[in-house]
Amino acid sequence: MSAEMERPVAGPNYAAAARDAVLAGVIALGVFGPLIGFKTEQNMNNQLVVENRWGIVIVIVAIVVIGRFLLKAFVFPALVTRKANAGPASTDESFFKRNFKTIGLAFLLLYPVIIVSMLGYQQSIKWVDNFGIQILIYVMLGWGLNIVVGLAGLLDLGYVAFYAVGAYSYALLSSHFGFSFWLLLPLSGILAAMWGVILGFPVLRLRGDYLAIVTLAFGEIIRLVLINWREVTNGSAGISSIPKVDIFGWITFNVADPTYIGKILDLPPSSAYYKIFLYYLILALALFTAFVTLRLRRLPIGRAWEALREDEVACRSLGINTTNTKLTAFALGAMFGGFAGSFFAARQGFVSPESFVFLESAVIVAIVVLGGMGSMVGVAIAAAAMIGGTEILRELSFLKAVFGPEFNPDQFRMLIFGLAMVTIMVWKPRGFVGNREPTAFLHEKKSVSGSLVQEGHG
Amino acid sequence: MASVALALLIVMVVSMVLTSLMSWTIERVAYRPLRGSFRLAPLISAIGMSIVLSNFVQVAQGPRNKPVPPMVTDTIVLMERNGFAVTLSYKQIIIMVVTAVLLAGFWYVVQKTPLGRAQRACEQDRKMAALLGVNVDRTISLTFVMGAALAAVAGTLFLMYYGVVNFSDGFVPGVKAFTAAVLGGIGSLPGAVLGGLLIGLIETFWSGYFSIDYKDVAAFSILAIVLIFMPQGILGRPEVEKV
Amino acid sequence: MAEMIPSWETNPILSVEHVTMRFGGLVAVNDLSFKAGRGDITALIGPNGAGKTTVFNCITGFYKPTQGMLHLRHADGKPFLLERMPDFKISAKAKVARTFQNIRLFSGMTLLENLLVAQHNPLMIASGMTVLGVLGFAGYKKAEKHSIERAEYWLNKIGLYDRADDPAGDLPYGAQRRLEIARAMCTEPELLCLDEPAAGLNPRESGELNELLLGIRRDENTSLLLIEHDMSVVMEISDHVVVLEYGTKISDGKPEAVRNDPRVIAAYLGVDDEEVEQVEQALDVVTEEAQQ
Ligand SMILES: Nc1ncnc2c1ncn2[C@@H]1O[C@H](COP(=O)(O)OP(=O)(O)OP(=O)(O)O)[C@@H](O)[C@H]1O
Ligand SMILES: [Mg+2]
Repeated sequence: MSAEMERPVAGPNYAAAARDAVLAGVIALGVFGPLIGFKTEQNMNNQLVVENRWGIVIVIVAIVVIGRFLLKAFVFPALVTRKANAGPASTDESFFKRNFKTIGLAFLLLYPVIIVSMLGYQQSIKWVDNFGIQILIYVMLGWGLNIVVGLAGLLDLGYVAFYAVGAYSYALLSSHFGFSFWLLLPLSGILAAMWGVILGFPVLRLRGDYLAIVTLAFGEIIRLVLINWREVTNGSAGISSIPKVDIFGWITFNVADPTYIGKILDLPPSSAYYKIFLYYLILALALFTAFVTLRLRRLPIGRAWEALREDEVACRSLGINTTNTKLTAFALGAMFGGFAGSFFAARQGFVSPESFVFLESAVIVAIVVLGGMGSMVGVAIAAAAMIGGTEILRELSFLKAVFGPEFNPDQFRMLIFGLAMVTIMVWKPRGFVGNREPTAFLHEKKSVSGSLVQEGHG
Repeated sequence: MASVALALLIVMVVSMVLTSLMSWTIERVAYRPLRGSFRLAPLISAIGMSIVLSNFVQVAQGPRNKPVPPMVTDTIVLMERNGFAVTLSYKQIIIMVVTAVLLAGFWYVVQKTPLGRAQRACEQDRKMAALLGVNVDRTISLTFVMGAALAAVAGTLFLMYYGVVNFSDGFVPGVKAFTAAVLGGIGSLPGAVLGGLLIGLIETFWSGYFSIDYKDVAAFSILAIVLIFMPQGILGRPEVEKV
Repeated sequence: MAEMIPSWETNPILSVEHVTMRFGGLVAVNDLSFKAGRGDITALIGPNGAGKTTVFNCITGFYKPTQGMLHLRHADGKPFLLERMPDFKISAKAKVARTFQNIRLFSGMTLLENLLVAQHNPLMIASGMTVLGVLGFAGYKKAEKHSIERAEYWLNKIGLYDRADDPAGDLPYGAQRRLEIARAMCTEPELLCLDEPAAGLNPRESGELNELLLGIRRDENTSLLLIEHDMSVVMEISDHVVVLEYGTKISDGKPEAVRNDPRVIAAYLGVDDEEVEQVEQALDVVTEEAQQ
């Protein structure tokens, strides 16, 4: 297939590798040369002037040449030998792998405790908020969308619309009517599910690219309406000072309240308590999503979703109402998106259309696909890797010491995020967990190889 | 005038060559390994690549707008009454002419050349085309190159017309292009032209007569409505569900 | 000589009446009428492209016939007009199940799961349209156990009990064909439509298939309608044969009668119309001579 496979003989072939490396260098020069070598800047008179940076280009081309040479001369032959020598995959998995779910769950439950005991309350905020809560929101969104994309096989590129519906429902209803979070959480889920049905009904006849583009269009429509319907949504400025969540009115997180958690528990005031509370709240919501999805998979509706992904025509021949089945998938996915949205609004205290751009939808779809379609563990791993990974890039300020003070690692964040998406897909096209767990068994439970699982046409 | 036209032509050709090379590389690195696997893998890879590309430009060229001095400024007055003039600028004429020429050339390639035949065969059934001796990988590479070259021309015209460009400017036209292709019917060249014209006209008329804020909403809504009644797009081949 | 009225005329489960199906200019089925008897195995045969699969698609609601009617009558007398029903209701309400010419299993799901999906509708009701099921009500557990038993029954019948937990896509071709039949039977159909069930089977598998089909007719209160190119299968198990050519019915009757029908012979051997006429004239002469 690929050029690397032509010569299964192990051992480096330096001449071929060198030829390949030079070619790669020429291509790299063409690809990177003009865009990096020339930089246009605006001068005092608003004119563009060209600046030369051929030094960087030379460095990059050198990296490409050397990298390609090493790959071709050493890495690929090594891979081929390893593949040839690899026996049948060992069946006994490590303790860690077998108990991955339990260990993962225990870690998630203890995470804030670990962080606080290591860093103290004040220092824990960043780790609980930027990593814990942020990742869990995406885990929940990924699990919600997993119902639509992973189980029912319907490609929804506008999922963020339901997240937005949930967030704005909470923001608007709490600031206009003062409803509490605990009332609005289910309500925003229901509203989002309703939108799911309203949008889903006309579009579920469509398949493939057509479904993808219409869902994308709906996502954009909702965002544009949020921007432009200023009387209600306050436009791009968004809605701020959304009230904090409290624990059913008994315990609150505003320092001024007599029921402030610090006063009740006799602790010094800190915003860390609220973050830790939010962490457990989103963890509970995410686990609720997981629980419901796992249950649904074992019910006829869940099997019908997967059957729909496998073969829609066969489903109809077995008496399954495919429209209703798709709609329930759409509505349930939307509902979990709505829950996540109202949590998001409560956590930020502020919502604006900025948070609901297409890129968000793309990231959530990417998490589902990178995780392995339909696999909940895979989705969680993908969310942790992608979101956690990009958050870590924010922390790389030590690189400033290497590259000088103007160097801003933050600007490489999305670049690396995109590269990671491409790399993971090329490396594992079926995602981290490609196998499918059957929902029922007679003799023994065997997972189904990903290559047999269909991906749906919707 | 002649020198401006020449400069524009040179810029266009150079950018076509560069983007073609880039597109060829990207196809090679990010899409070819995924050929034949799982439908969503190339999609995710493509989304990742689009994030990479726009951020690469941001990192390499900076996040700020890049203005260029106006290149073509002349206009023709078509009609004038009560001090209001209906004008047609040379820029607009250039865009129309270039589009028409490229469209004709592109149509010729797809319909009349062996490459076009191979492309259409791969579109219908890649495996069968390969069995009949079509070099599928090469055909797809060349298709990517052609697509990128056309996008480069569009980019150059965009810059000439609006006079300013930014690293993130590609996203909205990209989505609109996809929208236009789907609206017209995927796989149909006249459909893509029709879809593009319709999207443009809807936005312009909506901005003119109703509100400019909702022009994209109008375009997307019309896309949704059309697809609900014509699930294959306007000129797309209806997909027969053989059972 | 008084003709005996065949059983399918007196007690049909399915009556196809003047069905025409056009695709643009192509007339795939042309004014077709026939009846399938209750409890019979009816075979629909004809050369490639004759329109057999199209007839199935009309019966099972995947295509809406351009003209004509499709009557189905259950054993309890309940009538259905199939051409007015959407495809999934034809399976759910009218109890018509089918298999496909190109096997359509849920290849990434296990055999057991395939058979459970086929019992979707009763299970859906048992799970209280999912609500009670999510809450973990016991009624659903019982219904699911019952469904698993039915699946086991069919897995035993098709000889794939041991492979219940393997993905359907891993099965060899012949086993996939049998699984598809078992899956269709799990919907408890009154009429089972099989599109070329013996295609691609070796002689032993083909023999097993015959047994399976005869068993279904004997034990399950299900009538069968099958499309088949393998004449040995058709002649061995069917009670009634309908022959199509270019969308038109050219023969209809008992297997022996159809086998000797010169028009059928001509259709299968691919002779010209003139030759058919010659054969017919020759036969007329023969019969006239016999009568004299
Ligand atoms: N959806 C469709 N659109 C257009 N033409 C169709 C469609 N379905 C079937 N046909 C045409 O109708 C005719 C009959 O096809 P059909 O599949 O019913 O034949 P068949 O008797 O099942 O043949 P085979 O023995 O090869 O399966 C063929 O010419 C076929 O091309
Ligand atoms: Mg057929």
